[in-house]
Amino acid sequence: MDFSELIIESIGTLTVNKLRTGLAALGIVIGIASVIALISLGQAASESVTSQIQSLGANLLTVMPGSPRSGAVRGAIGGVTTLTNEDAQAIAESPQITTIKNVSPEFSRRIQVTTGGNNTNTQVIGVVPVYSQVHKITLTTGSFITQRDIDSLSRVAVVGPQVASTLFGEGVDPVGQTMRIGSQTFTIIGLTTSKGGSGFQNQDDIVYVPLPVAQKVIFGVNYLASIGLEAKSADLMVDAQNEVGYLLLSRHNLSDPGSADFMIFSQQDILNTVSSATGTFTALLSGIAAISLLVGGIGIMNIMLVTVTERTREIGLRKALGATKRILVAQFLIEASMLTIVGGFIGMILGIFISYILSSFISLPFIISIQSILLAIVVSSAIGILFGWYPARKASNLQPIEALRYE
Amino acid sequence: MIKISHISKVYKMDSVETVALSNISFEIKKGEFVAIMGPSGSGKSTLMHILGALDLPTQGEYILDGENVSRLSDDDLAGIRNRKIGFVFQAYNLLPRITALKNVMLPMVYGGVPKKEREGQAQKYLEMVGLGNRLHHMSNQLSGGQQQRVAIARALVMNPAIVLADEPTGNIASIQAEEIMGIFQKLNKEGHTIVMITHEHDIAQHAKRIIHIRDGKIVTDGKNGKQKKIKN
Repeated sequence: MDFSELIIESIGTLTVNKLRTGLAALGIVIGIASVIALISLGQAASESVTSQIQSLGANLLTVMPGSPRSGAVRGAIGGVTTLTNEDAQAIAESPQITTIKNVSPEFSRRIQVTTGGNNTNTQVIGVVPVYSQVHKITLTTGSFITQRDIDSLSRVAVVGPQVASTLFGEGVDPVGQTMRIGSQTFTIIGLTTSKGGSGFQNQDDIVYVPLPVAQKVIFGVNYLASIGLEAKSADLMVDAQNEVGYLLLSRHNLSDPGSADFMIFSQQDILNTVSSATGTFTALLSGIAAISLLVGGIGIMNIMLVTVTERTREIGLRKALGATKRILVAQFLIEASMLTIVGGFIGMILGIFISYILSSFISLPFIISIQSILLAIVVSSAIGILFGWYPARKASNLQPIEALRYE
Repeated sequence: MIKISHISKVYKMDSVETVALSNISFEIKKGEFVAIMGPSGSGKSTLMHILGALDLPTQGEYILDGENVSRLSDDDLAGIRNRKIGFVFQAYNLLPRITALKNVMLPMVYGGVPKKEREGQAQKYLEMVGLGNRLHHMSNQLSGGQQQRVAIARALVMNPAIVLADEPTGNIASIQAEEIMGIFQKLNKEGHTIVMITHEHDIAQHAKRIIHIRDGKIVTDGKNGKQKKIKN
């Protein structure tokens, strides 16, 4: 009996008992599909959370005026006027600064904003075009503040979704509408995408105007409330903090870092959050993968143990008719392999399909990694083949009459 | 043809030992038709399984067609069962859901008979047992008597030295049982050696020689009608 005959015999046995073959294949399909779907959803959730955290700006440094240690009385942060447009320009242009990609000078304050019928108290912030990159602002409609708006002191504004819905109603496109900030009339040129957040951190309750308009026209000041800095990469945050710190100290004629009249916040907290969140998700994913592999594997093990053990009598009969142990074990190995190959392929398709449906249903990104598919198929196939082979080997080691009498 | 000397079989269940056969010896010559009789529990089935190389004796020697079966490896035993022994089971033991023809071809698959010859051989033996018109019926669509005839064709298809039948008519209505016995007698006339187990006297009457077993020992042995008592 050669190999091709063994394969023909195995296919014959598999197609003869369609219910048994179907149930065994179903066990493998469910096992593999659930592993792939679970790992895929886990990865999607992980990806979604990390990208949400990173959208806050993981490479962001913020320079604020004032010192927490100046004299006996500590001034409120932001209540000082030591940070100027020239400081921001120097950071952008100085040859000493090598780690900063974008510099975003900002001035912000809360003020009443009105339209014909509605009004709201919101954060108005004067920005330059690069603000949208530094703070990862994206627009739903319209465009952001441009350099031309800065140069020509245009009365234009970009609004956050919360401001838009307060002033113009839910779902109304505010672009092209006008509103009043202080005594000036502004034309709305863009609407930002919602970023979530709440309270003072609420990035949806905000109005962006050109920086010089905010400084000169609305609030009448000539200093900055903060400078946002985007480092070239997250690894350079500490270097960037040092470079900017020394540059500003020398510009402000200060020699002692302890007497600095500014502070630099890094987003180290956010970075820590990101890395710990990623770590948590990696652990969670491993757990999900392990549990689903275990559950899928046990399902496959059970169905193979039951279907092959049920065939102990058949093994006894084949032995009585002259089949050797080697041929019987080979036949059952081939059957188990065919089942797991076919079941594995269907399971893979089903798993991908399930994760696609679920991810679009609960609006997560659709992620399928080759590793998860390989892991699912390799482990499940190994279990399927092992537990198809083991009872077959056990039965073929029996004397034929013992196998024939097996109940 | 068959020579067994001092065969014993002891089953161990936990610490309880059950003696199924104790010190049995006899010879069966080529062309004989032997019926082995005895009440249930007498050890006749155990003896048959040892003769069919489906089980190994605890002690003693079994020589079949010149080969010492009690000293063979598992794979060699498979070869012996395939080429030298045709076994007919009480419960037929056909593979369900495949055709009569395929069932009869199965021993040839394991025996390495060239593919082209198998179908012709299987058909020949199925015609011989009167199932020429049932070749492509699924085994589970046949009646009990028909299934047993398929099993007989399967037992014969490798042209074995000996045909062993374990209560071949035990599950079959008496009219069909007569047909089955007719087939065995015909086979015997053609020169096949046949050993059959039964507990029915009228079935045993078809054999030329009858061996009676009780409590794992041979009680009488001899030509049908003239049996000698055996002292153990």
